[in-house]
Amino acid sequence: MATVAVDSLPINDTTRPDVADARTNRITALFLGVAIAAVALGILLGFLQALEHAGIDLYPYLKPIIHSYYQGLTLHGVLNALVWTTFFICGFLLYITVQAYRRPLTHPGLAEITFGLMVVGTVMAAIPMLLDEATVMFTFYPPLLAHWSFYLGLTLVVAGTWLVTLLVSLVHCAWRKEHPDERMPLPGMMSIATLAMWSIASSGIALEMIFFNLPLSLGVIPETSPIIARTLFWLTGHPIVYFWLLPAYISWYTLVPRQVGGKLFSDPMARVSFMLFLVLSSPIGLHHQFTDPGISSTWKLVHAFGTFAVFFPSLLTFFNVVASLENGGRARGGTGWIGWIFKLPWNDPTVTPQILAMLTFVFGGIGGLINASYSMNLVIHNTAWIVGHFHLTVGAAVTLTYMSLSYWVLPRTLGRKLWAPQLAMIQGWLWFFGMIIFSNALHRLGLLDMPRRTAIGMSPYVQEIATPVVQEWRAILPLVAIGGTILTISGVLYILICVMTAFFSRKVTVPNGALLFSEAQADASHAPRALDQWRPWVATAIVLILVAYGPTLLELIGTTSLNVPGRRVW
Amino acid sequence: MIEASWIVPSALIPAIMLVLLLYATFSVGAHVPTHEENIDPKLVAQTAPFNNPGLFDRGNGQYDVVMVGQTWSFRPNEIRVPLGARVTFTVTSQDVIHGLRIEKSNVNIMLIPGQVGKATAHFTERGEFLLVCHEYCGVSAIPTLGHQAMYGKVIVE
Repeated sequence: MATVAVDSLPINDTTRPDVADARTNRITALFLGVAIAAVALGILLGFLQALEHAGIDLYPYLKPIIHSYYQGLTLHGVLNALVWTTFFICGFLLYITVQAYRRPLTHPGLAEITFGLMVVGTVMAAIPMLLDEATVMFTFYPPLLAHWSFYLGLTLVVAGTWLVTLLVSLVHCAWRKEHPDERMPLPGMMSIATLAMWSIASSGIALEMIFFNLPLSLGVIPETSPIIARTLFWLTGHPIVYFWLLPAYISWYTLVPRQVGGKLFSDPMARVSFMLFLVLSSPIGLHHQFTDPGISSTWKLVHAFGTFAVFFPSLLTFFNVVASLENGGRARGGTGWIGWIFKLPWNDPTVTPQILAMLTFVFGGIGGLINASYSMNLVIHNTAWIVGHFHLTVGAAVTLTYMSLSYWVLPRTLGRKLWAPQLAMIQGWLWFFGMIIFSNALHRLGLLDMPRRTAIGMSPYVQEIATPVVQEWRAILPLVAIGGTILTISGVLYILICVMTAFFSRKVTVPNGALLFSEAQADASHAPRALDQWRPWVATAIVLILVAYGPTLLELIGTTSLNVPGRRVW
Repeated sequence: MIEASWIVPSALIPAIMLVLLLYATFSVGAHVPTHEENIDPKLVAQTAPFNNPGLFDRGNGQYDVVMVGQTWSFRPNEIRVPLGARVTFTVTSQDVIHGLRIEKSNVNIMLIPGQVGKATAHFTERGEFLLVCHEYCGVSAIPTLGHQAMYGKVIVE
């Protein structure tokens, strides 16, 4: 159980006391605990799907718990993409806010109520999924009709995230009263920007739930409008990827530079990128609906423009983060154009997986641009390419970062040593290689027109219509299972390490001390003052959503009626 | 300001890519599906043209396919056209959301109940081409039914 020796700057200052109180530590650990439990089940179900694609059908052995590939897929999507991410984000951002502003939560009781509310919501959504009463995928497109408890549960989880936004905003306001002229601490500003963006963007899914899905499932309205519901869903459905991603960016900007022994390249550039994400994340969701009839291609093109606009803060982030890594690599003795890369810490479970995550995100980001590219989208929409894409982004860039962060947050909040750091290191590398194999195979299958969300292993057309393309699928499909198996082994190790750390690892007698965030080469002193205000940015975000969605939604409301009955097709 | 060296490429790269994309899109005349018309999904079987799904020869190598998606089949599910045919698909769904992707073509469109969609393909290669539903549309206790069994083919001869 030796800790890995890393000659980087320490992120714990043991000469100063930790600012997080016992209640903050506990709430953070609780949020992470639910996240880790969700991803544990989610990963295991993913294993079944990967095997199914290679023709190994284990579902018959799981009856009566899991009735079908699609019930498992729904659970996999909801648990991984919605529960794992949301709970991790809420715990992590509360923790980072407290650390960055160096003051406790103003209303810790509300944080505990919020956690309770979100757990109740998750359980309410999980029960119908487990009972096969909500086999509707994590996108739950109407007129697919799930049990009302599924919709109400997810709505409560979203409402919980709004309370987390309130909690961090209250910390900011209390701090601002005492420090009227100071620049906001960068990690705190980023946490609030992330949650503010999400709280505005999640209005779409909230409207869909409250006016369409919940009343339909309760029989209050007899019929629904799939196209309106779907459009509201994607108003939230694209920005949700930034909700997942920005907490990873927070770590890449404010923790990783110090962990690799360097400094953040530019603090003002980081602030600008987050304010731009706040403004630009939402008015671009129509790029998920390029192939939808019922929506004007003109507005689709406008959203394609917007998607390229949000590429600007993404590239700002890319250059800023890589320049910071380079700074660290050179500080550790690296020279030459690429020599610094080899000097980075490649054996520290609290940082190495995050560097690997950045690598996967380069490819994920490039793939995302293809998805957003209007006409090019026709080649890959709803094919296995999309599955390959988001496993690189949320499944690798985000998840690998969160995994690495849990190796750092859990010991800090629980006052224990990380259990088996060498194993944690191996776990990170396995996830990286597993995902490269898995995702590469799915990208190629997508380019060969293999549909997503399909039990391809039992599909009659794979046997009956063996076109040359389908024969190529057969050659690639085993790689999905091989990648999935490596991912599952890595996932099991992750759960094991988290459980052992939380309950059985050695207690730390020396306190962790204050958390030290990265310093910046170019600090906030020359950042524009507008970056310390919230109102103009939030107002711009709301106006852009109204401009981008107002005409389309008004036209849909004017031309479509609630005339599609809900259906249970499983 | 030291940051300028990175801010400028961060803005220029997406701008140049967008210009190239738009040029490519409009120079080849690529179209994404757009708003056509609305239909009462409960009356699909009685509403023209969907009361008569099938393949229609419009002359000069132009064809129309009127297609209805339902759990778990396409009507029609076998389309036979000569080499070089330009086929316009007019599609809708009579129950839940389905998708339509035809292998090696530009046809990739959602079948949304209540909406009429149009997409065009130009078949320039002989052979059989798979057409599949690519949106989850349900499960059956019978393994040969369900979303993964919703497919058809285009035969170009």
